[in-house]
Amino acid sequence: MKYVGKSIDRVDGVKKVTGDLKYVDDLKLSKMLYAAVKRSPHAHALIKNIDVSKALELEGVKAIKTGKDVPQRAGLYLEDKYFMAVDRARYIGEAVAVVAAITQEIAFEAVKLIEVEYEVIPAVTNALDALKADAPLIHPQLEEYYHASIFHPVPGTNISNHYKLRKGNIEKGFEEADFVYEYNFYVPHVQHVPIENHSAIAQMDRDGSLTVWASCQSPYAVRQALSVAFNIPLNKLRVLSPAVGGGFGSKAGTTLEGVIIPLAMELRGHPIKLTFSREDEFVNAFVRQGLHSKFKTGVNKNGKIIAIKNQYVWDGGAFNEYGVNISKAAGFAAVGPYDVEHIWADSYCVYTNHPVGGPYRGFGMSEIHYGIEQNMDIIADKLGIDPVEFRRINAQKEGGRTATDSYITNCGFLECIDNAADAIDFNKVETPSGKYKLRGKGFAGGMKAPSMPTNVASSAIVRLNEDGTVYLMSSAQDIGQGSDTVLIQMAAETLSINPDKFTIKTGDTDHTPYEWQTVASRITYCAGNAVVKACEDAKGQLLDLASIKLGFHKDDLMLEDGYVKAKFYPEKKVAIGDLALGLTMPDGSGVHGPIIGRGSFIPPNTMNFDLETGLGVNPVAFWTYGAQGVDIELDTDTGEIKVLRVSSSFDVGQVVNPILLEGQLEGAIVQSLGTALFEELMLKDGKPVNNSFVDYKIPTADDMPEMIIIPVENPEKTGPYGARGVAEPAMIPTAPAIANAIYSMTGVRIATMPLTPERVKKALKENKETGRTYFGVDSDYEFHIK
Amino acid sequence: MKHKISFILNNEKITHEVESNKTLLSVLREDFDFTGAKEGCGMGECGACTVLVNGQPINSCMMLAVDIEGKEVLTIEGLSRGDVLDDLQISFIENGALQCGYCTPGMIMSAKALLNENPTPTEEDVKHAISGNLCRCTGYQKIVKAIMVVADKNNNQ
Ligand code: FES
Ligand code: FES
Repeated sequence: MKYVGKSIDRVDGVKKVTGDLKYVDDLKLSKMLYAAVKRSPHAHALIKNIDVSKALELEGVKAIKTGKDVPQRAGLYLEDKYFMAVDRARYIGEAVAVVAAITQEIAFEAVKLIEVEYEVIPAVTNALDALKADAPLIHPQLEEYYHASIFHPVPGTNISNHYKLRKGNIEKGFEEADFVYEYNFYVPHVQHVPIENHSAIAQMDRDGSLTVWASCQSPYAVRQALSVAFNIPLNKLRVLSPAVGGGFGSKAGTTLEGVIIPLAMELRGHPIKLTFSREDEFVNAFVRQGLHSKFKTGVNKNGKIIAIKNQYVWDGGAFNEYGVNISKAAGFAAVGPYDVEHIWADSYCVYTNHPVGGPYRGFGMSEIHYGIEQNMDIIADKLGIDPVEFRRINAQKEGGRTATDSYITNCGFLECIDNAADAIDFNKVETPSGKYKLRGKGFAGGMKAPSMPTNVASSAIVRLNEDGTVYLMSSAQDIGQGSDTVLIQMAAETLSINPDKFTIKTGDTDHTPYEWQTVASRITYCAGNAVVKACEDAKGQLLDLASIKLGFHKDDLMLEDGYVKAKFYPEKKVAIGDLALGLTMPDGSGVHGPIIGRGSFIPPNTMNFDLETGLGVNPVAFWTYGAQGVDIELDTDTGEIKVLRVSSSFDVGQVVNPILLEGQLEGAIVQSLGTALFEELMLKDGKPVNNSFVDYKIPTADDMPEMIIIPVENPEKTGPYGARGVAEPAMIPTAPAIANAIYSMTGVRIATMPLTPERVKKALKENKETGRTYFGVDSDYEFHIK
Repeated sequence: MKHKISFILNNEKITHEVESNKTLLSVLREDFDFTGAKEGCGMGECGACTVLVNGQPINSCMMLAVDIEGKEVLTIEGLSRGDVLDDLQISFIENGALQCGYCTPGMIMSAKALLNENPTPTEEDVKHAISGNLCRCTGYQKIVKAIMVVADKNNNQ
């Protein structure tokens, strides 16, 4: 292949290194007004009254709106979300009113003058408490909410979704097992921390048409949600996403757009801008849900796992419109990348009075694998089997079955395991750098599918210019992952036109074609397929015209380097540009007209799972498998961990752009390292206590380990050029691998993230004093739903 | 209260009126439309707003605009000359050192300051120099490499 598989430079590089690219907050529009939001100081409270009169009197204030102005609920999978609290505030920070003013300063001033009367009611600030029979209900009207049929809210409880997986016969599995083990794990809330805070601008014209500029991953999903919530027809609603400064899931779906639209509806012709502060971003964009996980595992002496019963309880926060799907995705992957005959899994998404949980790179997989992969290590240790070998024994392989009982036809997991272990010399003992230091290695695997509805669609359009250059149009958003470049490489390959002749246009629902969402590591696969199809469509048209022009049958023509050529007489050729507007005949007449290629794609044959058992033949488009090894040093005196090396091997199907692929894996490793070692959004009685960069640290250049990336290319049969997605999967194994490394050096198992120096030090101390080795989570939970 | 200040902005002499409480970042972005410097935190913690003042990298969100009187300010927009990019900018592109691009202007300015001061830094020097610039996308490996490629070039000259 000429262009696929090559490290071509990013097509958006120059705009980004020069500062020329305009992100939403960089936009200045005429007559622009600035918004600021009044937020709830209470985790759970009824709103008795809102007095905006003093704020309205402030000079420069143009309008104020409250939840009463947007009473419609919205949501992607479950319509439970209010853009602003209507009569009840459900988390600290929830929007209750919004101001538009002529300057940002005046808007902030006005917010202070808004008086809200609350009646504080009992809050639920732990997902396990939320499940108790007497827990206060956060959404008492849950049974009235519309939801997609594949989700199971349980009315009269705080459960927004209960996904069940029932495979084989769990009791029989445990009976047959030689050993049965039980462990719990806990993963706290973290935040995505894109360096660009969320920003949106909304403008409604007098004819009722609404334009929204948003730093969003999914302009079409935003358009749909806003259309429903505000009853605006789709053809009057334009969403633009000019650039996105990092998303990682936080900019999927809608966040702040709906807050400013009520202002725009009143202040016609004025663009209204709202940009989150970093403090807002930590709390009012999505957060990653907390997870309580519990595993009961039956295993044989020879290392084969026979049965796993597990429970996942997701702390979904105040609104679970998006989070319900994370709990479902976790159910599909209930036991990770292992082939287990008997599985009984329950995954619950639960309302709490916490910030809103939502998609975060990995979509639940990082959180469940923190437990799955430590559970694997513990059991390997108990059985005296090498942890890498134990994974090989249980790995999903071609010919095996996934947790949903789908037949596995394509799986490079074993190869990934071997690569990652070899690259880090897994069994080689390394020398620590000094006294009180220990050096050790850890290992973990992981898997992920694009967690999307079965029928989500993509499309692409390709337009040829008369000079042989090309416009490629898509609504896949380049949020940093490099999709603009990758899609151009696939188009270039299909049309055999140099990538530097392409311009890609994205992110404008009035002009770029439909794309469901830029999430789920699905763009290379889904949008890639649509792009290839569009280019094949254009190619067909080119061959038709060239056939007339050159006098060869279509089958004997090919595209090469910007020309249509006869396969066996390559000197017989016509430039693609000369056909771009149609073919001109010798008599001056024209044929066909401009060439426009059109491609539409839906993942083939993915189907709903059985609602009772959770089983399904083909519930997801594909699985991406991988494994990582880590080499770390622990300072036993301070409890500090330094990650020295990480090896990462994923089966990506086909590398489209090596340098971009490495970038995805390296970025994911360091992000995951942050969650393993120090990231936690601390919520005390629902109140965020570290929502700033002063208190919430993310990795810096000093934390960066050496990273070794080894792709496996086991082509995805339905993928464009064999490619499958990887940007999220790469985030999964690092954190549990680090925890496993700690165990391998110290014999101490820490079941709660993050592995802060304090936590590690405390565990080491107690281990020394009492011999305790397992530091599980305090809560022990078990409950049943009828 | 407004103050009249004179300074050099991207090689151009400027006289400008600023409110005493405005930060350099907001003046650059709002008054001059130099939006390459970003606000990631507004608290001096992320480096997205890094510009050079008299050759030193500073968080422009933490500096009052009045304090640039008589000084020389260089933003990312002033780093390239027309369409001729600085070596660092080229190296960032060629080495895949950027993804979403939001940290990139600040990152490059910090790197520029380092190379001005020390044209042949070690990898540790590089990591140290950019440790105040947060990047959530890249994992830093390619950023360090991009800077080292320029440093090595200097070394060989
Ligand atoms: S915006 Fe200045 S340091 Fe973050
Ligand atoms: S490239 Fe996105 S934050 Fe650095």
